[in-house]
Amino acid sequence: MKRSADCVIIGGGIIGTSVAYYLAKSGMTNVVVLEADYLASGGTGRCGGGIRQQWSTEPNARLAMESVRIFQTLEEELGEDIEFLQGGYLVLAYTDEDVAQFEKNVALQRGLGLNVEILDPEEIRQRVVKELNTDGVRMATYCPDDASANPFLATRAYAAAAKRLGVEVELFTPVRRILAENGRVTGVETNRGVIQTPRVINAAGSHSVPLAKTVGVDLPIQPYRREILVTEPLERFFHPMIISFSFGIYFRQVRHGSVIGGFAYPDEEPGFNQTSSVDFVTTMSKKLAYLMPVLENVKVVRQWAGLYDVTPDAQPILGVTDGLEGLYQASGFSGHGFMIAPMVSTLLSQIVLGREPDLAVDRLNLRRFEGDIDLDHSVV
Amino acid sequence: MKDDVVICRCEDVTYGQIVRAIDEGLTSLEEIKRVLRCGMGPCQGRTCSRLIARIIAERTGRSMEEIGFPLDRPPVRPVEIGILAGERDEA
Repeated sequence: MKRSADCVIIGGGIIGTSVAYYLAKSGMTNVVVLEADYLASGGTGRCGGGIRQQWSTEPNARLAMESVRIFQTLEEELGEDIEFLQGGYLVLAYTDEDVAQFEKNVALQRGLGLNVEILDPEEIRQRVVKELNTDGVRMATYCPDDASANPFLATRAYAAAAKRLGVEVELFTPVRRILAENGRVTGVETNRGVIQTPRVINAAGSHSVPLAKTVGVDLPIQPYRREILVTEPLERFFHPMIISFSFGIYFRQVRHGSVIGGFAYPDEEPGFNQTSSVDFVTTMSKKLAYLMPVLENVKVVRQWAGLYDVTPDAQPILGVTDGLEGLYQASGFSGHGFMIAPMVSTLLSQIVLGREPDLAVDRLNLRRFEGDIDLDHSVV
Repeated sequence: MKDDVVICRCEDVTYGQIVRAIDEGLTSLEEIKRVLRCGMGPCQGRTCSRLIARIIAERTGRSMEEIGFPLDRPPVRPVEIGILAGERDEA
């Protein structure tokens, strides 16, 4: 392991590995990624792999659209198959609030150039998924250019490409604390000794909180368990990620053929619990059997859980840390880190290199939590 | 052992694929599972995990205890969605 570096990145998930790659691609190659376990062992490797551009605010939609633009040529750029597929996202509306919000969303998204449309239940069945039970569905928004990819393979591909450019990736190397002197970052202390560095990127998901604490920085991030399951593989019969905020579900069929999906318990208590529950697998099965009756005879082979690193406004914390030069935050993605990683990491690499980022991301800086928080519940 | 011997029967993963993965630096069952899918099929690794742990031990010189086993995830065996949903009983 190196004893000094221009930049140390804590976290070998999609964010850490992609920031390493974009830094190295821009010329900063003396970079070390430190991962406490194996690549994508945290939130990244436990997520559903959806890549959605249908967001309800302009900055988020732009971030997502730019990410898809990068994803579209990423396999070629990194030289690896990451199972990227533009199978679309179908977002189901069940309530008056859904309908009103989705009409606004579509107007905004179309204004940004996103290929998205409103479908009625019959159009959903005829044009997108004939097996879907649309009872109670008022309408759906459908963007055929939304996508999905395999989170393990994407993380591995970024890490491998970064390594080819000279980045060191150290697995099974937990960071004990960040080191700082006189308001400046000086290094990190790991289980294998100290690495001196003037720049640290804290991209450790929910574990970013205790790490930031070692230099007196408070990150308003809470870990929330999110459960997910996967079925036996079936011949491919539907392509989009199907989601509904009001029904509470997301599911898709991965390239291998399995159906993978989950939902969030609105009253889940924060904490580092990552156990699987019987209630989840039975409730999720009820939802799947209702929405797609053909799945009734399909077997669930596995369930697991991961942690969302959730901020008060469900937006990530990105960029410099006021009062501590050289410490950059890249966490609090609140369940959406994978889908926006390519662009977020591009922007963060620009910030770290002292360049003007291609998109303004000041709104995502940690300092936004100093005053009153502007809570917009429709940001996702 | 010959390269084309199937180690994970659920996902058709061969000895050769596993050896190459280990030589590329994937030295734990969790990592090999996530990249090659062995242990993700209907048997959930009950057939292949021990075999793969042995291959890792042989290639890396580490002990079986050190390598350990992936976390067992529910359900114990595959169960149909209709049964989990409580819509019908097991046949």
